[in-house]
Amino acid sequence: MSTGILEFLTVFILAGFVGIEVINAVPSILHTPLMSGSNAIHGIVLVGTILIMGDAHGAVQITLCFLAVLLATLNIVGGFVVTDRMLEMFKPKPAERPAKASDTPNDDAAGGAK
Amino acid sequence: MTLNTFIDLVYLLAAIGFILALKGLSSPKHARNGNLLGAAAAAVAVGFTFAYPSVRAHTLNLVLTLAAMVIGAAIAVPAARKVKMTAMPQMVAIFNGVGGGAAALISVVVFLIDAPGKPAVYRIAEVLFGVLVGCVSFSGSAIAFAKLQELMTGRPVTYPAQQVINAVVGVAIVSLAIGTLVTGSVPLLVATALLSLVLGVIFVLPIGGADVPVLISLLNSFTGLAVAASGFTLNNNLLIIAGTLVGASGILLTRMMSKAMGRSLANVLFSAFGSVVTATGGADGSGETRTVKTGTPEDIGVLLAYARKVVIIPGYGLAVAQAQHTARELADLLMERGVEVFYAIHPVAGRMPGHMNVLLAEANVPYDELKEMDEANPEMATADVALVVGANDTVNPAAKNTPGSPIYGMPIINADEAENIVFLKRSMRPGFAGIDNDLLFDDKTTLLFGDAKDTLAKLVAAVKDA
Repeated sequence: MSTGILEFLTVFILAGFVGIEVINAVPSILHTPLMSGSNAIHGIVLVGTILIMGDAHGAVQITLCFLAVLLATLNIVGGFVVTDRMLEMFKPKPAERPAKASDTPNDDAAGGAK
Repeated sequence: MTLNTFIDLVYLLAAIGFILALKGLSSPKHARNGNLLGAAAAAVAVGFTFAYPSVRAHTLNLVLTLAAMVIGAAIAVPAARKVKMTAMPQMVAIFNGVGGGAAALISVVVFLIDAPGKPAVYRIAEVLFGVLVGCVSFSGSAIAFAKLQELMTGRPVTYPAQQVINAVVGVAIVSLAIGTLVTGSVPLLVATALLSLVLGVIFVLPIGGADVPVLISLLNSFTGLAVAASGFTLNNNLLIIAGTLVGASGILLTRMMSKAMGRSLANVLFSAFGSVVTATGGADGSGETRTVKTGTPEDIGVLLAYARKVVIIPGYGLAVAQAQHTARELADLLMERGVEVFYAIHPVAGRMPGHMNVLLAEANVPYDELKEMDEANPEMATADVALVVGANDTVNPAAKNTPGSPIYGMPIINADEAENIVFLKRSMRPGFAGIDNDLLFDDKTTLLFGDAKDTLAKLVAAVKDA
């Protein structure tokens, strides 16, 4: 077990450096989508909630796990959808400009269907 | 290869997917694909998690898991799709908060399962970290949501002995945490969790509405760390990697954001910024005795139509009025007349860094008409008209010339250098930072009061007639 914790600590430290390195030069226009996108990524906590539900016994533990799965699903699904909607607006297509001016709702529907 | 090894391999691929997603999100070209890659990686990882026999061992648990996921998705998808672009920051806050809550709950349940067997101290420490950080993120995000949604005042909330109360809560949490470490007692852990929720609330209360976006970024980073802690308690590398990635990049992003506001992170978090209503030197009343010049839409229309160069400086007022399409209409009309038009975007215009770019992109304003502050400022002196639409703090010269002002040192767009300044404003109410703007009283300044969409529509009509 004590070698286990050391392995996890190694992963933790290295992932920290990767996290810093990977967004080193993000332009300020992307701060909002990046915040939202990384928000979606930590929604992977859903995997943890599913795993722990498998080990849960008794009403209290199961209720707490149910809540956890629900909250994590909100995080992961909502996070990715919101980010996608934000980024969908970033595609630079000057040629389509006049035609698209009035049909933003359609745009949304198309983006959501991905 | 055993099943567990195979699932671990899938998790490794998902972790790589997340790293690439984050990488993609930091360049405009690859951002959307990056996000889709992240979503795909998440979907695969979640799917393969169901291959674990333990997950499928109890039918009741499995059914409840699936039910919770269906309910969660049924709530999240419509909410995320329908939310207006202006309400995006609070949406991110909510999704972040629930993630922190989920991570805290995992840690609590792990502890409930482990507690009878006297878990090792480092196991309890992992649990405590997840519970503490997850709870702070959960309740802090809830308050941040309430501030942005204007369910409560956006002003910093201060009360007597605030520091003392914070210190007492802090000491209490540390004592309870140590108690839990030593005894492994469940009630003590629950008390730690409850007090951590309180800490999240009192941590966020004194932070002003204008700074809340920076705070959300910080809480996002907290949730990442809480998820990493869950990864430690569950011995799951994917959670550790994903959580740490977000935790580390989130802290860097938070620092970049506060830098864009010309302030240090500590200043953003602990200075109760904006609680001082008047910082320009005069008493409260002095603003009201000074006179401002208001103009008719026709006057301003003529001014715009015969200008050579017009700079549009959008702010949150444009966003709440959903006036980005009308602004584009006005800009296009002026350009047809041969007027040089561009938008000057302050890094923190709107309510989150980059928020204004998203809104204008929604109105299909082409990239080349958007200029970042550093690019726009050298051109301000040659502009005939600076058209300030629903912005205030981001053009307040007090940031340059009033050392006592709370926003002193924040970079601004130099609207004051333009030949004429036109403010489209709802009222004389100060901006989000809660301080007066001398530029409103300048001789070169003309004001047009009203909802940004209405006044812009009137200007469009006036320019057509000019």
